Amino acid sequence: MSFLAALRALLSHWTYRPAQFFALLLGLSLATGLWTGIQAINTEARNAYATASSSLLPNFPSSLQRKDSAPIALRTYVALQLAGWRTSPLLEGEMVLAGRKFAVTGLDPVSLPRLETGHLQPPGDDGLAQFLTPPYAIMATPDTARLLQQEPELPPLIENADLPDDALVMDIGLASKFLKMPDQISRLLLEPSQNANRGSLAVIAPQLEVVTHQPQADISRLTDSFHLNLTAFGLLAFAVGLFIVQGTIALAFEQRRLLFRTLRVLGVSARMLFAVQMLELLIFAVVAGCIGIILGYFVAALLLPDVAATLRGLYGAEVTGDLQFRTQWWLSGLLIAVLGTVLAASASLYRLIKMPILAAAMPRAWAVVSNRTTRWQWGSAILLFLVALALHQFGSGLVIAFLQVALVLLGAALLLPGLFFQIIRGLQSLARGPLSSWFWADTRQQLPGLSLALMALLLALAANIGVSTMVGSFRTTFSGWLDQRLAAELYVRARDEEQASAMRNWLHSRVEAVLPVWRVEERLNGEPGKLFGFSDHATYRDNWPMLQIADRGWDRVAAGQGLLINEQMARRQGLNLGDTVSLQTGRTLPVAGIYPDYGNPNPQALISTELLELWYPRVERLQYALRVKPERVDEIASSLRTEFDLSGTNLVDQASLKQRSFTVFERTFAVTEALNIMTLAVAGFAIFTSLLTLTRMRLPQLAPVWAMGLTRRQLAGLELLRALILAAMTMVFALPLGLVLAWLLLAVVNVEAFGWRLPMFLFYADWVRLSLYGLIATGLAAAIPARHMARTEPAELVKVFAHER
Amino acid sequence: MHRTGLDCAMLLTVSNLEKSFPTEEGLLTVLRVVNLTLDSGQHMALTGESGSGKSTLLYLIGALETFNSGEITIDGISLSGLGDRARADLRRHQIGIIFQQFNLIPSMSVHDNIRFHARLAGREDPAWTQQLVQALGLQDFLKAYPERLSGGQQQRVAIGRTLAARPKLVLADEPTGNLDETTSDAVIALMLELVKDTGAGLLLVTHSQRLAKRMGHHLHLSGGNLS
Repeated sequence: MSFLAALRALLSHWTYRPAQFFALLLGLSLATGLWTGIQAINTEARNAYATASSSLLPNFPSSLQRKDSAPIALRTYVALQLAGWRTSPLLEGEMVLAGRKFAVTGLDPVSLPRLETGHLQPPGDDGLAQFLTPPYAIMATPDTARLLQQEPELPPLIENADLPDDALVMDIGLASKFLKMPDQISRLLLEPSQNANRGSLAVIAPQLEVVTHQPQADISRLTDSFHLNLTAFGLLAFAVGLFIVQGTIALAFEQRRLLFRTLRVLGVSARMLFAVQMLELLIFAVVAGCIGIILGYFVAALLLPDVAATLRGLYGAEVTGDLQFRTQWWLSGLLIAVLGTVLAASASLYRLIKMPILAAAMPRAWAVVSNRTTRWQWGSAILLFLVALALHQFGSGLVIAFLQVALVLLGAALLLPGLFFQIIRGLQSLARGPLSSWFWADTRQQLPGLSLALMALLLALAANIGVSTMVGSFRTTFSGWLDQRLAAELYVRARDEEQASAMRNWLHSRVEAVLPVWRVEERLNGEPGKLFGFSDHATYRDNWPMLQIADRGWDRVAAGQGLLINEQMARRQGLNLGDTVSLQTGRTLPVAGIYPDYGNPNPQALISTELLELWYPRVERLQYALRVKPERVDEIASSLRTEFDLSGTNLVDQASLKQRSFTVFERTFAVTEALNIMTLAVAGFAIFTSLLTLTRMRLPQLAPVWAMGLTRRQLAGLELLRALILAAMTMVFALPLGLVLAWLLLAVVNVEAFGWRLPMFLFYADWVRLSLYGLIATGLAAAIPARHMARTEPAELVKVFAHER
Repeated sequence: MHRTGLDCAMLLTVSNLEKSFPTEEGLLTVLRVVNLTLDSGQHMALTGESGSGKSTLLYLIGALETFNSGEITIDGISLSGLGDRARADLRRHQIGIIFQQFNLIPSMSVHDNIRFHARLAGREDPAWTQQLVQALGLQDFLKAYPERLSGGQQQRVAIGRTLAARPKLVLADEPTGNLDETTSDAVIALMLELVKDTGAGLLLVTHSQRLAKRMGHHLHLSGGNLS
């Protein structure tokens, strides 16, 4: 009974202060909402990958492949079967149909069922028969089937919605015809249960090895970085949201000190008071958690299209925009809300336990930052920096990279209060006038109450500077790189070999140069990638950006004695100049140069066009880069379109291609920008609640100054000025921190996530803009508390002296 | 600021003062037709029961609150119709207030607290400040912060802060309400002596009859009226 009475007494506070009630609910809902939203996005995206990767070939843990990645001969397969190996052959390749590239999978439906890939079985009673007998049907998704139904050379298409969009599944015999790979097998899928008495692989096929396959490992690995990034942002936003909650709870605690004392005097034990307070907090956590989860759903719905665009732009991973309410969100959202509330309330709860029964009912004066606290914070910060440094020296991997970022941010945040305390003390000692002396002394006094909000602002500003510097550096590098890389004025793609041949002849006398852009899918040191041919022309030698090039590197590549590889391949495989790269065909070439290749997650290499034609006679010779005098670009493009009936996608000029690339680029970082703005907005709200808290608690400190002759308006102006000065100081501190963060993102996280390192550029205009945003956000946050101060009735201030508060 | 010609001889004149507060039950009149005068160098005690309105009267005289009708003039300056800024100027330059709760600035040292009001009024006199520090026995605590001082010491700092600015009118609201009797006697003796040195008028609100008897004049407030 007394428990309920005490609870009712505590809850009555919120009806008396409804604005505080909403600030607490909003803070907690916002924190939970941002966290849940990010988790929802991660879950949906990961589910999308799981669907994509499980569609084609699940449940086969391993396969047999050649050590040199070359195709396996049919006779090897037969030999293995005879020796008791249970395998199913698979032929993989690519083909272009209706202007789109498709992944062709040729399989043997008879042996495949043993591998539990039932969904790859042709549907319907006669599906298998259609698949195995002329004219040999092909399986594709309904969308792909519709797209290809007009293709004259294709056999009938069977619809199978379980397949990925770009997949064509057919009998291995038919695939070998389409891919022009007779009697060849890419891999032999291994049945999980093998005959114990089978023959030794080393004896039957020593050139083969067992490769454990992880479905879509590449996509998961690559996108992991993105999701980790999102999670980091989610945690940052959650932490900033908790600052709001902490501020509101602290305010409520201070305002209810008298009530606590009264309850204790009336016989409520400290233990019961604690329990009542906990119950009240739990009620809040559950209510705000539920609101937050719903809010999170909308955040996810708002961000998911951008996330999908980013994932498509960066990794080619497809994520649909569908969002579902999942039980796990509710559970994790509520859990995080409860944990967050308890964390934010821990200081107040501790004070509640320790509070003597007859504690003064006056709001306590904010404690000045003690030397001990500062020492503790600085010591912790230095320790965190040292750990980050050690991780930088000795660690590797994406999680370690993000850990470094987190440690640096946390360390810097811990440094902030002590640093500001020292700076303000210095300013106080320099102050000459009484008002300025009081102003700095009072600012110092306020620091402990504002430090959490300032830390939140620091993190938000530093994240903004870091991420915008990273994106800006990427944009600048990408722009320069595109200028060099897209040196040709026009890019043309013929429909078929016949048209390509006619086009070459037609172009010969009309343009400065016709440069083949031919490529084949290859396994480069065993990793799937692309091998391009390049013509020895000044366009490449003068323009192609290089990170490293061997002595006479271009000459060596032109002479067929070397190849150029992209940065991500070099980093991932630890390759340097002179190291060899082996191809699926069994051939090897030394690395003659390493070039940057931004935006491409896969390995890529360049050899001479002559060598490409020699080693891959079936290479498609359809695509060309044309060097044209600038004044003749429009004329040539127009003539080409008329002469060869080319569509817009088959003939692209340099400017359009760059524009298209930049559009993809901007879409790629759209979600980052959105998260940046959200984090800054939440930090602004944190400052607002902290200042509001302080305004109410600081009347006893301001009233004497008012009594000694300062107007309320002057005090309000000083409060506003103080907030702006502290925000400006935070901005000054956030700048180097943001640059350190940018460096970590560019030189550590990017290398681990994507395989490329970007040079860092500084964008002064961005800093000025962000400073203005920060000051405006702070100004807006401080305006309401300042207005409140200016309008505080003298009677309210007088109560401070009358000892009636 | 508006100076009245009639009362320029008197430091403080309160005439026909009325003050009411709106409450849920209606208008609550705390002061009805209050009249008093105080000259420079005079000391006056104001006593009354709890809730009699003595603190309210002090705050009205201190330009901290506004009144409904009547008039208050301080050194010839009428408080009627004064704006926020003018009232602040008056408090800064002419009035010094000593509170029961001391209301020191916790973030400033004792020395800075003592100098603060004088500097704000543009009247800092290091020699006078030093004299006050000596007289108040605070020389050993100048660098300390208020939180480290006892109640008696804090009140001495508050007195020092007020007198360092040499206000013409000193208002003290239960200045010894938080102190024990011995400390209280010592503090009051010191305050009276120092106020005398400055030539200021002193209006002191107190519950204590013993303390009231030490003042040159004594008024009692009851039912909103002075007697």
